[in-house]
Amino acid sequence: MSLSFLTPEFIVLRDRERCNNCGLCIKLCSFQAHYYGEKQQRVVSDDKKCVNCQYCVVKCPKNALIVKKHPLEFRQHDYWNDTSIKDIYKQAETGGVLLTGMGNDKKFPIYWDKMVLNASQVTNPSIDPLREPMELKTFLGKKPSRLEVDNKGNLISHMPPQLELEIPVMFGGMSFGSISYNAFKALATAAKEAGTYFNTGEGGLHRDFYDFADNTIVQVASGRFGVNQEYLDHSAAVEIKIGQGAKPGIGGHLPGEKVGEEVSKTRMIPIGSDAISPAPHHDIYSIEDLRQLIYAIKETTDYKKPVLVKIAAVHNVAAIASGIARAGADIIVIDGFRAGTGAAPTRIRDNVGIPIELAIAAVDDRLKDEGIRNQVSIVASGGIRNSSDVIKAIALGADAVSIATAALVAMGCHMCQKCYTGKCNWGITTQNPELVKRLDPDEAARRLINLLRAWSIEIKEMLGGMGINAIESLKGNRLMLRGIGLSEVELKILGISHAGE
Amino acid sequence: MIKTIDAYGLYYKDLNNMIKKYYEKGIQEFRLKRVSGQRYIGSGIHGKPNIVIEGTPGNDLAAFSDGVNITVKGNAQDAVGNTMNDGNLIIHGHAGDTVGYSMRGGKIYIKSYAGYRVGIHLKQYQDKIPVIIIGGRAGDFLGEYMAGGIIIVLGLDVAADEELVGSYCGTGMHGGVMYIRGNVAPYKLGKEVKSDTLSESDMKVLKKHLSDYCNVMGLDFKKVVSKTFTKLYAYNKRPYGKLYAY
Ligand code: SF4
Ligand code: SF4
Repeated sequence: MSLSFLTPEFIVLRDRERCNNCGLCIKLCSFQAHYYGEKQQRVVSDDKKCVNCQYCVVKCPKNALIVKKHPLEFRQHDYWNDTSIKDIYKQAETGGVLLTGMGNDKKFPIYWDKMVLNASQVTNPSIDPLREPMELKTFLGKKPSRLEVDNKGNLISHMPPQLELEIPVMFGGMSFGSISYNAFKALATAAKEAGTYFNTGEGGLHRDFYDFADNTIVQVASGRFGVNQEYLDHSAAVEIKIGQGAKPGIGGHLPGEKVGEEVSKTRMIPIGSDAISPAPHHDIYSIEDLRQLIYAIKETTDYKKPVLVKIAAVHNVAAIASGIARAGADIIVIDGFRAGTGAAPTRIRDNVGIPIELAIAAVDDRLKDEGIRNQVSIVASGGIRNSSDVIKAIALGADAVSIATAALVAMGCHMCQKCYTGKCNWGITTQNPELVKRLDPDEAARRLINLLRAWSIEIKEMLGGMGINAIESLKGNRLMLRGIGLSEVELKILGISHAGE
Repeated sequence: MIKTIDAYGLYYKDLNNMIKKYYEKGIQEFRLKRVSGQRYIGSGIHGKPNIVIEGTPGNDLAAFSDGVNITVKGNAQDAVGNTMNDGNLIIHGHAGDTVGYSMRGGKIYIKSYAGYRVGIHLKQYQDKIPVIIIGGRAGDFLGEYMAGGIIIVLGLDVAADEELVGSYCGTGMHGGVMYIRGNVAPYKLGKEVKSDTLSESDMKVLKKHLSDYCNVMGLDFKKVVSKTFTKLYAYNKRPYGKLYAY
């Protein structure tokens, strides 16, 4: 093979004073960056192989390791930067499509960080959530246009099926296959414990998890992997995945190497075969067709379960969302361009789709303008990092959010973006049994529950500060938001005033 | 006992609800008269009833179903057997597009022709091997993304100048097999598809399914099987394996 022009991205610094040559790091690194140098007679590292996942750094008993960005730089050029040059080398060497994991890492504006929240002063007292009741409970699903009661006060209107959340945060779709059995188990356990939902992604549902059915949203995507009556029966709701924020408009495929025995059982495909998901659902070429699938699912589940439709946030998201509402979906999930994934073509991840903040506002406005906002709930996802992102999403008009990347980070993900290699040292996005073992599902579930607990306290604090005692009252309440450093167009789309106004 | 339901003018939701309710009460045999476009017949039934449909059932016949047996005395519309897991669907007429989309098990027999994208993403798993047999011709994109199972096209009622399959046959195919009664011009095939003659074991499989089909449809098995078939299968189980840089 000819010489590669690629130089290491990271440098592994080993403190020779501290390193006692125990060789643990050699065993730990699935990228095989550490080895025993016969010549040097000690453990050394191959910088080129390191992906900076920091697993060895955290695990080294002597704290002897540090990983840093490699100091080697190309001559300064603001246009032809490091990444653009190296990407060309990679493609010139292989002729292949660039692949990556996790979400868009480019310098696009982060609107969350350009919006600030209100707080009560004098005229409207703030509420102390530690002493006073504060409601985070959220119901997702179609709400009737009006409520009718009989003369004894009993509800006579038919209430469509609802999802009941203790905290307006769910776990987004991640398949068993893209994530490990233990990671999947941790999400299921945490969802049950915290009174929220996790989502199977497109990978089917392993029978081991049937006990979690009441907290499971099962996905029906274009490949229909693992989808049958039994699967639909073991769920609280069914999500039709049209698109995802990390790779709008394209299908996906799980390479055969990741289809081991358990994944094979769950997806119901032979061991070692590629699981290819076509880009569109080939039974959906229009809103009318979408309606057909929504009602096929409703018929199959006796109209007892809400049907979610998940789309990526793209240019015409508001019009599309209106179509989805009219097609009969109970919940629309909008996935912004920062959304993560186990594997996506880099160019698509980084260049397709729009920020979730703008999409929420646009969709909420459109549905309200058309008088159909009550017909669907809106779930926003794609890069929600913390409780203030959650609260801003709801103030912009979402009913709830989904988190996936944040959930993986809670379990130990260090954002090396190498999920697509299947070698995740943290045992999250891998099917290698040795690596999967590293993630203790109970410990990971505990960390997830902690995260949700911490966020719910913070959300209550912020709500109380605004003088609001129920999350429901914040929904679409954009008066609680002000923009900072945003243009008039941006403010108009977000439907908020500038700070100081 | 056979329960006869006159479906004329019934909304699909009410019709399907009726079938489910009667089935729960123990009725196994149904005869649906004057069916005119009602969708999802046979979906969401936990069991294996026998349903005879007179008329034209609507889209998504037996979608997601898991063992229902349906005989249609007439034509069917789009997405027959969508994501079906098990069961038998017999259509004594023609069927529309995307027959057997992502089907994982069971059989769909169509007497006459079928539309586009028949058998798209057909799968198979362990002892589940779905089978689609089309008596007439099939439209474009037959067996697209096919990952398993068997598709048989017989071309029994086609004119001499008509082709048995449309264009892009087997595009993205990475598993399963198609048997076509006659030749398929190479330009009709997706680039992932290889065409070959049938081996002895292929013939065994083919004959087994054809004898059942001929039996059900009332056809002369000997005549049907006498013509030379072409076998279509995937070059590669991993058609997109070499697409990526690292
Ligand atoms: S890839 Fe991870 S485990 Fe391997 S050397 Fe780099 S930081 Fe350490
Ligand atoms: S899940 Fe694993 S492979 Fe993916 S970014 Fe996180 S640490 Fe890296």
